[in-house]
Amino acid sequence: MTERIPFAPPPPAEATPPAHQVSTEPLLRVENVVKHFPIRRGIFFKRQIGSVQAVENVSLEVRRGETLGLVGETGCGKSTLARCITRLYPLTSGRVVFDGADISQLSPRRMRPYRRRMQMIFQDPYGSLNPRRRVGSIIGDPLAIHGIAEGPERRRRVQELMEIVGLNPEHYNRFPSEFSGGQRQRIGVARALALRPSLVICDEPVSALDVSVQAQIINLLEDLQGELGLTYVFIAHDLAVVEHVSDRVAVMYLGKVVELADTQELFGSPRHPYTAALLSASMVADPEKARASHRVVLYGDVPSPINPPTGCRFHTRCPKAQAICSVEEPPLQVQPGDLPDHLTACHFPVQRGETLVGATPEFHQAAAEFIATTPPPVVEGSA
Amino acid sequence: MSLAPFEPTTSVDFIDEIPPDSAEGGRAIEGRSPLRLALARLRTDRVAWLAAGMILAMVLLALIAPVISAATGHSATNPDLVNGTNSFGQPYGPGQGGFLLGTDNLGRDVLVRVAYGARISLLVGVLATLLATVGGTILGLISGYFGGWIDALLARLMDAVLSFPYVLAAIVLAAVFGGSLGLTIAVIAFFSWAAIGRIVRGQTLSQKEKEYVEAARSIGAGPFRIMFVDILPNLVAPVLVLGTLLVPVAIVFEATLDYLGVGVGPPTPTWGNMLADDQGSAGFGAWWFWGFPAIALLITTLGFNLLGDSVRDALDPRTERIFATRRKASVLGPDTPVGGGGTQSGAEADTR
Repeated sequence: MTERIPFAPPPPAEATPPAHQVSTEPLLRVENVVKHFPIRRGIFFKRQIGSVQAVENVSLEVRRGETLGLVGETGCGKSTLARCITRLYPLTSGRVVFDGADISQLSPRRMRPYRRRMQMIFQDPYGSLNPRRRVGSIIGDPLAIHGIAEGPERRRRVQELMEIVGLNPEHYNRFPSEFSGGQRQRIGVARALALRPSLVICDEPVSALDVSVQAQIINLLEDLQGELGLTYVFIAHDLAVVEHVSDRVAVMYLGKVVELADTQELFGSPRHPYTAALLSASMVADPEKARASHRVVLYGDVPSPINPPTGCRFHTRCPKAQAICSVEEPPLQVQPGDLPDHLTACHFPVQRGETLVGATPEFHQAAAEFIATTPPPVVEGSA
Repeated sequence: MSLAPFEPTTSVDFIDEIPPDSAEGGRAIEGRSPLRLALARLRTDRVAWLAAGMILAMVLLALIAPVISAATGHSATNPDLVNGTNSFGQPYGPGQGGFLLGTDNLGRDVLVRVAYGARISLLVGVLATLLATVGGTILGLISGYFGGWIDALLARLMDAVLSFPYVLAAIVLAAVFGGSLGLTIAVIAFFSWAAIGRIVRGQTLSQKEKEYVEAARSIGAGPFRIMFVDILPNLVAPVLVLGTLLVPVAIVFEATLDYLGVGVGPPTPTWGNMLADDQGSAGFGAWWFWGFPAIALLITTLGFNLLGDSVRDALDPRTERIFATRRKASVLGPDTPVGGGGTQSGAEADTR
């Protein structure tokens, strides 16, 4: 990489584009990122006997000022991808390009300036705050580590941050255990914002919170985006939340992005059968509509990422799967008739108005009988 | 280069309302740290007071040893067969001849020797424990945090130290270098750090998987900052308990070495060599030769053990406590900080 000055101060608030007015130059490019976790066995000489293929060849772009939603089931690699982007995990292969610079191979020392501009909000507001440190020192930590402010100045800035995220600055000297879950998440937000990052990766920031508190935190994040010109990667498994906050959404299944589109487009006309099934499973607040909608039921569990299916990884559970799906992996590309921003990795994308097999009442009944009469499978090797 | 300060557009008008935080005027809302809460619990523990009393008595004895020596005119080291033995040349029993605890077979005052012995025991016990705790904590943290070959090396080293026949090793070392106070402390510390190191390593292994460590890494903290600023405060409870419980072990260790004649060594009085001295004379029933150093040793080790138990109870309020009563009302009384729904017990729930 070139010796660019990584400390370029973030543009003043007036100059940043207002939220949701998205410019085209990407702030973050994820190129063919692969993350495998080796599985080792043995006491002295640990042999690698396999690997968990957590993220497999994912490419994404995050544009300045936008919110990119990242959805998928538990274990599909969302959080791993987030940690690959922030270099908490080393990549197995691929590149992460942040603001034009490849950061995927930087040493921890060279990485530090980028850490200032790329922060993370964690899922667990309990685990992510050190229980033995006072809130002021937790929020001031980034300022201390990067040598930005010391002493009374640091204290002033921490209290400012606490004010911004809606905490009482007088609680500077309290411990995390003295706060509620929502307040703790605000502490996490304040810590992430202390360095004035341009990219904030929110790893399921609200899934551990009460619904009413979720709304508060989401509103806070949206307000901050508007004020500070932040770019978000927003990971969640709550589709309603993702639909609300995201400009674009990427759907992940078993370590791969299966569909990527503008939020309206994706929620309005999903093309990948998995997206369709996922959307049909989300709750609709209107009972009339809920009765009218068809639920696409998927059978079985997500296959093991240690030994993922060949071809399209979804073919084992896909209602539209055909022979080719188990052989040839469909590329993530624009499907005929779609907008140029709508990418789908499927041989047989769902057509507009199509009802997926398995959405009929008869199918539901058969499924119920099947579940009632079949003993639960014993998963081999599961501890 | 510093970043421009925040320019919040919505909340800037609130900032003036923050009360000035200063030592004299500001009403700082201060959370009570887990350690202060533990200290408050410890204060209500009668056993802890008893233990502290026993230890303080011994410390006092050690401190006033020269005073006792001067007041009685009895030396701790010089044999005095003229004044220290009766007309038959036998040592005085307790209370006889102006010797409160009697004299030994060389006519030396047992009281003065026990008092000087307390100095050695406490010095060795505390210093060796301090060395072992600091060393064990640092090496345990490094071992647990870095993992890999560093961990393999350090963990096997700890296993080796723990499985070593330490008395034999101490005898060999004393034979080679000659017994001395420094060597005794070094030997005890060397054979004690692994116990702490192992516990710290295990705790570090579990702590480093916590999300707050990941958060620290994501804001750019280096490994040593994470180890000592983030993880170490979470290990204070087990280290404190183990350290307190290591003191009596070190004291007994020192007494053992001295008993075997490979410790500090005569003529310096230590409880260990006092216990050893009367082996030859145990036959004629001079129980005070060994009785008083043994009692002193018992009081000291019992005191530290009881204190260690109380410290553990105080740091982990979930353990059942037998003696302390009515602590809840007094400790977590009306001045319990009213956090936003958080409770005090939440602070302790993260201890383990």
